[in-house]
Amino acid sequence: MRNKLVFLRNGKRQEISNFSPDETLLDYLRLIERKTGTKEGCNEGDCGACTVSLGRIRNGALSYEPVNACILLLGQIDGADLITVDDLAENSKLHSVQKAMVDHHGAQCGFCTPGFVMTLFSMHHSGEKVTRNSINDWLAGNLCRCTGYRPIADAAMASVSQKPNDALMKRWDETEKALKKLQGNEDLVVMDGENVFGAPGTIDHLAEACVRYPEATIVSGATDVGLWITKQLRAQKQIIWTGRAKGFDSIKSSAKQLVIGAGATYRDAYDALSQLDSDIEEVFRRLGSRHVRASGTIGGNIANGSPIGDSPPILIALGASLELRHDKKTRTLPLEDFFIEYGKQDRKVGELVAKIIVPKPKKNEYVRAFKISKRFDQDISALLFALKVTVQRGRIVSARLACGGMAGTPKRAKQCEAKLLGIVLADETSWEGAIAALTKDYAPLSDMRASAEYRMKTAQNLLRKALIEIADETAGKPRAQTRVSGFREAAE
Amino acid sequence: MKVSNRIKLETVGKALTHDSAVLHVSGTATYVDDILEPEGCLHIAPGLSSIAKGKIKSMDLEAVRKAPGVVRVLTAKDIPGVNDCSPSIGGDPILAEKNILFHGQVLFAVVATSRKAARHAAKLAVIETVEQKPIVRVEQGLRAKKKVLDPLTFKRGDAKKAISKAEHKLSGEMHIGGQEHFYLEGQVSLAVPGEAGALKVHCSTQHPTEVQHLIAKMLKQSDAAITCECRRMGGGFGGKESQAAQWACLAALATHLTGNPCKMRLDRDADMVSTGKRHDFAVAYEVGFDDKGVLSAVDVDFASRCGYSADLSLGVNDRTMFHSDNSYYFPECRIHSQRVFTNTVSNTAFRGFGGPQGMVFAERMMDQIAIKLDEDPLEIRQRNFYAKGKDVTPYGMQVTDNILNEIVDELERTSQYQKRRKEIAKFNAANKYVKRGIALNPVKFGIAFTLKHLNQAGALVHVYTDGSIQVNHGGTEMGQGLYQKVAQVVAEEFGVEITKVRITATTTDKVPNTTPTAASSGSDLNGMAAKKAAVTIRERMIEVAAKLYQAKPSAIRFAGGMVHIGKRRIAFAELAKTCFLERVQLSATGFYATPDITWERDKLSGNPFLYFAYGASCSEVIIDTLTGEMKLLRNDILHDVGASLNPALDIGQIEGGFVQGMGWLTNEELVYDEKGRLRTHAPSTYKIPTCSDIPEDFRVALYKSGGEAGANQAKTIYRSKAVGEPPVMLATSVFSAITHAIASIKPGMMPKLDAPATPEAILKAVEGMG
Repeated sequence: MRNKLVFLRNGKRQEISNFSPDETLLDYLRLIERKTGTKEGCNEGDCGACTVSLGRIRNGALSYEPVNACILLLGQIDGADLITVDDLAENSKLHSVQKAMVDHHGAQCGFCTPGFVMTLFSMHHSGEKVTRNSINDWLAGNLCRCTGYRPIADAAMASVSQKPNDALMKRWDETEKALKKLQGNEDLVVMDGENVFGAPGTIDHLAEACVRYPEATIVSGATDVGLWITKQLRAQKQIIWTGRAKGFDSIKSSAKQLVIGAGATYRDAYDALSQLDSDIEEVFRRLGSRHVRASGTIGGNIANGSPIGDSPPILIALGASLELRHDKKTRTLPLEDFFIEYGKQDRKVGELVAKIIVPKPKKNEYVRAFKISKRFDQDISALLFALKVTVQRGRIVSARLACGGMAGTPKRAKQCEAKLLGIVLADETSWEGAIAALTKDYAPLSDMRASAEYRMKTAQNLLRKALIEIADETAGKPRAQTRVSGFREAAE
Repeated sequence: MKVSNRIKLETVGKALTHDSAVLHVSGTATYVDDILEPEGCLHIAPGLSSIAKGKIKSMDLEAVRKAPGVVRVLTAKDIPGVNDCSPSIGGDPILAEKNILFHGQVLFAVVATSRKAARHAAKLAVIETVEQKPIVRVEQGLRAKKKVLDPLTFKRGDAKKAISKAEHKLSGEMHIGGQEHFYLEGQVSLAVPGEAGALKVHCSTQHPTEVQHLIAKMLKQSDAAITCECRRMGGGFGGKESQAAQWACLAALATHLTGNPCKMRLDRDADMVSTGKRHDFAVAYEVGFDDKGVLSAVDVDFASRCGYSADLSLGVNDRTMFHSDNSYYFPECRIHSQRVFTNTVSNTAFRGFGGPQGMVFAERMMDQIAIKLDEDPLEIRQRNFYAKGKDVTPYGMQVTDNILNEIVDELERTSQYQKRRKEIAKFNAANKYVKRGIALNPVKFGIAFTLKHLNQAGALVHVYTDGSIQVNHGGTEMGQGLYQKVAQVVAEEFGVEITKVRITATTTDKVPNTTPTAASSGSDLNGMAAKKAAVTIRERMIEVAAKLYQAKPSAIRFAGGMVHIGKRRIAFAELAKTCFLERVQLSATGFYATPDITWERDKLSGNPFLYFAYGASCSEVIIDTLTGEMKLLRNDILHDVGASLNPALDIGQIEGGFVQGMGWLTNEELVYDEKGRLRTHAPSTYKIPTCSDIPEDFRVALYKSGGEAGANQAKTIYRSKAVGEPPVMLATSVFSAITHAIASIKPGMMPKLDAPATPEAILKAVEGMG
């Protein structure tokens, strides 16, 4: 057992043995370190002004990701290398991404700029091929209100014209080695009176800790719990962080299914999920931002039971099941059964969401997933629509349809599914019953994201759209343009 | 203005980076919250009203006082002087007294040893209220006949009669949504006590002088005892013109009462709930026109949601009226504006200051006429442009500098508008589920404060004996690059490199009695004032050099860091040193008052503007008729900045302004519930544009006429033009393009589309096409 936080601060080992479990990384930087380069813009992980770069061991290798310091708990940087905007310039010589931002007039008021710089720094070190299009995705988590982004995108393109050659590259191997050493199996427990920050080193210990501290908040990425702290001012005295439990984030892919460890981040699971269908890829690309996807987990998205999480409807449509674990006992249930009603899930005290088992679509199964939001990138869905149908000889022989934002929970449309059975894809008139049946499955609410009428009308239209596309696809006909954006459209 | 001592421009007109660019990217640019906190600094959090209208029965603040870290709780009773932070006619209490005016009003404030402690403690208050039914929407306010200010009408001829006689007539109505500023740096102030009642406040504000005055009144101090300083804002956009004062006042009050430095920084949600926004409008109109679509008369009623107080609503709504013509001649007209009271936050300045709403109406009218006559809307627009003999605005000002024909012709060509319009018609005929649309819209925006006395500025320039220069002026830096533009002017006047000019923070103890940095006027006013100060010093230096070297003053010029005296050259620094030895003052103030502003509001006569800034924008969109989703595919802009002081900064203003305007008209939706509570009070629910919302194909150019690089006809600083606000309105082309796309569903029918054109609004309009 270890009772202090150990991490690297720009490559230098640092230890903290006394901190409040709900201390955010941003408050630590600005109030304790007194490093004010990192800014607070929204305190909820939406604007990116607080972006820092976190180096972690991912799949056995060092990788730097942009994260929102405002909703990351200080304890979550255990075992990571923390780099902030204050660290980039060397002997007052600007880093190449900083210089590109200056050269391209990428800053006006400058308040969002440190965040952009740190996202670009992470992108620069990602090793990913960068295109003008992928820059949109990299920058989706950073809001700028002054420039209109064009100069920042130009700076981003310019900054990757050369391979990284900076202080981090010089210490890369050394840092990787040092971080690997910090990934041991020991439990991390920092206690101060009734305050506990615990990060068990194994899944067994994690399951045990959840039983031993039934009052504790179980945290994976903190992309939601962070807001409980910063927005609702709900003090969190006991936190169990899943991030150190070895294997909790594992992803196993076989011919028939994916098994996703509940601790896998969206980013970890992105490639595996993307292979299921290009719509799924696009929805997960549009879920949160790079920042959020580097921290948030699929397990967390399910466990927290939000009616507007993007993963559950897709996973339900795919027919996923959930493995829950209580100490040493496990049980499995269909994912849709986990969501009982708004704010209530089938999770007992001390129980842990452990795994998500996702069957892969078969050859004659067609998947469509649509995310509807006011803004394309980094927005919460007004409506998430997911459909899987099996087609035999032009007829639908099985169907699973689930929506988010249409009820108090992510929910299957069972009446509509029943009406979809037997539909002849080539005969548009045969679709109407299924489309109309959605009004029996759902009674959506009006809120700031959309009205009930819009949600219902759009859900119906999306079913129509899906059927139009699948009908054309299965008939081998030239496809009508049905999208204004998205991977499927671009690919065709 | 003397410019004879220079040959050609060395610094003005250069595309220099923002003065703080290196600091911005390094994280070392100091914003108010980054200032190293003085010893004993306390932190303030507001206690906000949870209802929109009612009376306060009791406020039990015992639990707040007893909470850990709490030093003091502030209520209205603690204010020694005037409890008001209004920029105009009053009615904006710093702390609530008896009545609750809107949801999110500050009822009390907690002063504690940490910000976290203050925020937590503020939640412990027990407030008893008598809740009343609030007036939330404009229509409710109109029905209840509630107003914050009297209505105003511009009239020419008899519009109603002319419309009834017109060959064609149309009527319509629409809603135009408001907009949250969403400056990335929220409202923040740090007050530091001085001796004998003096107090200095660091405030993120566009109007330091107003903050100074309001604090003085609140504390019953003289203006001279209070100093307000602002080095930079993390964005303003009008949202820190009047809205910064309340937080500065609270910080000052806490400092006054505790003797400690006190900081108040709003959380994003509190900021969005408690500060004013762009006015939303209900517009209803009737127009008459001929077969060619040429207007004969316009009759339009504007009603705006002003909120619970007047704030800046007078100027904002006046400007809506001034720009309801955009670029078009109204032979006869009636332009009526009502300023409606609601129990919502008091709406305020926002880049464009009411102008954009006026123009959205004008452009909708053009689209509607074109759809009715089945013509190209661009044709209709051009036929209605101001022209010879048709050049007097509804408010009586003659348009003498119109360059829209040139700009629009050039953009029509470079954007290939006509070719693309044809392609789009083909595309739409071939596609059932997605539709494309294109529009090319003009902008004509009047430059000057319409409140005449605000058109003044002061500057202070020091030359030091090592040849370095300090410049200070009343304008504030919110990212627009004003400081750099003014520094370029000063460097130009002294013929020195820009690096010799040190920019200093705006502060009321260097340049007093300043006006807000607003109305796009920052560089027009402060550039000119700084130039005057620099010229005063330069003239003195010339006199010294002329005497010393027996030269004619006219033979002396400043360039390349040197002073050229006939064939002789000496370093600028050397002459500065010599001036000191000769006991000649190397410091001067400069003052500028814009000439030719003659507007008299009570008589509705005279010229409210010095000149107009022009521009045009062509947008192409694609919409999904099943979901209402929309993508901006391409945008071309040609914009007039006169002879640019700095093309890089100007392009930045144009692109940024356009994208901000696009956000306003598309994704950005403010949603209030029936109880008057703002439901979109954080970036999770209020969506400003992100990187993928800008068009992949985005072409922005500065308009250059054949002759003098588009020089301003008015005698402005180096013949440049203001650029802060006009580009926002280039975004009407996006809204018109969406209208075009929807209209393709059923030719001849005008889509009923309100702003913002969210997916929901677009789908509703699509459904309305039958």
